[in-house]
Amino acid sequence: MEEPLIRLVNICKSFDKAQVLKNINLDVRKNEFVTLLGPSGCGKSTLLRIIAGFERPTGGELLFHGKSIVGVPPYRRRINMVFQRYALFPHMDVAENIAFGLRLRKEDAGTIERRVEEMLRLVNLRGFNRREVKSLSGGQQQRVAIARALVTAPELLLLDEPLGALDARLRKDMQAELKNLQRTTGVTFLYVTHDQGEAMTMSDRVAVIRGGALMQVGGAEEVFNAPLNAFVAGFVGESNILRGEWRGEGLVRFGGTEFPCRAGDFQIGEEVDVMVRPEDVRLVDAARGMLAGTVKAAMFKGPHYEMLIETSAQLWKAHSTQLIEVESMAGLEISPGAIHVMKREEAR
Amino acid sequence: MPNAYRRFITLPYLAWAGVFIVLPILLIVYYSLTVEADGHLLLSLENYKRAFDPVYLTIFRRSASLSLSCTAICLLLGYPIAYILASREYAHKSFLLFLFLIPMWMNFLLRTYSWISILERNGLINTALRAIGLPTADLLFNNAAVLLGMVYNFLPFMILPICSVLKKREQSLIEAAQDLGANSRQVFTKLIFPLSVPGVVSGITMVFMPATSTFIISDLLGGAQNMLIGNLIEQQFLRVNDWHFGSAVSVILMLVFLASFGIFSAIDKDEGVGLLY
Repeated sequence: MEEPLIRLVNICKSFDKAQVLKNINLDVRKNEFVTLLGPSGCGKSTLLRIIAGFERPTGGELLFHGKSIVGVPPYRRRINMVFQRYALFPHMDVAENIAFGLRLRKEDAGTIERRVEEMLRLVNLRGFNRREVKSLSGGQQQRVAIARALVTAPELLLLDEPLGALDARLRKDMQAELKNLQRTTGVTFLYVTHDQGEAMTMSDRVAVIRGGALMQVGGAEEVFNAPLNAFVAGFVGESNILRGEWRGEGLVRFGGTEFPCRAGDFQIGEEVDVMVRPEDVRLVDAARGMLAGTVKAAMFKGPHYEMLIETSAQLWKAHSTQLIEVESMAGLEISPGAIHVMKREEAR
Repeated sequence: MPNAYRRFITLPYLAWAGVFIVLPILLIVYYSLTVEADGHLLLSLENYKRAFDPVYLTIFRRSASLSLSCTAICLLLGYPIAYILASREYAHKSFLLFLFLIPMWMNFLLRTYSWISILERNGLINTALRAIGLPTADLLFNNAAVLLGMVYNFLPFMILPICSVLKKREQSLIEAAQDLGANSRQVFTKLIFPLSVPGVVSGITMVFMPATSTFIISDLLGGAQNMLIGNLIEQQFLRVNDWHFGSAVSVILMLVFLASFGIFSAIDKDEGVGLLY
């Protein structure tokens, strides 16, 4: 296999007594779009700042093209960053902001002008050269920040929740644009967000972080369909998570019933967590379902209704295109393929 | 209605400004343009012509050179001090900034008098020199002593505005610059200093103006033969009793300040002169 562009080996970071990152191991290959996904305060931004060079890890190794860069200052790393609040230079106009990195490299005026023009075209801001950054909207400022970071052709671009300050609509557009940008430039993107939808839409691979530890790294579909534990399942999309017991090959017991499921690597009688996505819960006649319960709530969500169904053991979340009266009975049916069995995490 | 109301509530201020700002200035201009002859006031440019007499030009020149030197020294000393005080290690230790402010709470005259007892023939420095067998020096009543007094008195006015601008700088901007390839020297020359220019400009104006018009410092530390513009004006009004010539000199000084304001606001279009004005 090709050598990864950047390799994190047992990265640890503590501030005073608090451990923020615990033994992070992660490889990012060239041309990949990898997203660090996790709730706020999980350490994902700190990890990004370590890669950029603004923080030093307390332990572990950071390899760039196989060479350690732990002691290399940020201005000598071929890694650029797009900051959460853009961090545009207020005393420069758009073109000067973008040209900043090139000027430091003492590029000649012609090259600078050509590259700035290229970048403005790339981020759809042609003709904005002489505009003051203060006069730009949030989305435009973000584009300038991206252009400024890409102009020096870094090998790795770090993005720290770059869409956090934008409204929902603009966010969607920018997600598509960023993905496009990554494809056309071929630059490796390492993206930080707490928004699982954003992570799913754009990334080749997603790394889910919780409390400073890496929970799971994998393709978007893999993380969504086969989460390794209850935390990942709950964080990546909506889910019903139940405690269950492995009853042997392809059989799991939860909610007082045994369900057929896919094969798994568990001991008979082992306590497990079971995940079922709400869209995989089919609502049928109360008499025909594998489980029966009372409809407690129905919320219209646009494409579907979100129903809450109370069975004897659990409150289920189900998506249904048909509305069932609240307080009436409904049956639940779940196909074996939709039941995902996970190792029970130690109680945290 | 709100417009009329707004106009109404500004009336007291307008009246105050008219009586205490506009009227005195007009009076000074009027005095400067008149001379007294046989108990009558005559319109004349005589006062202004007189101001360009070589005797007075020397005073103007000395004033300009001293106040410009004072401003330059204050900038060279004040910027690094402000930079240190605004740095992350010291920003929350307001005690240090406090130390620079405490002397300002003491009476201006007293502060300047104390320099006399340090510099005079039998003062602190000369006594010390004599004690270790070195020749004594004439430290008082020369331009250097006046310059020392000016720098001592006006340095805080340079430090404060620069410090307050530097304190407001964002760490993320510095990181962005480093990220794009700027080493610490380039971070300073390309980012921190340009962003602190408004503070520098208001620091310069706040030092340059009082340094140009001071008369107490030159009186106490410069002696009678080292007159500055401030002394000239004071002398005309209080001792010679020639209000007309004193007014003309004042008007010239005001025009000089006005011109320097114009130059500064041209340099610093965005923020406008004087963060602290």
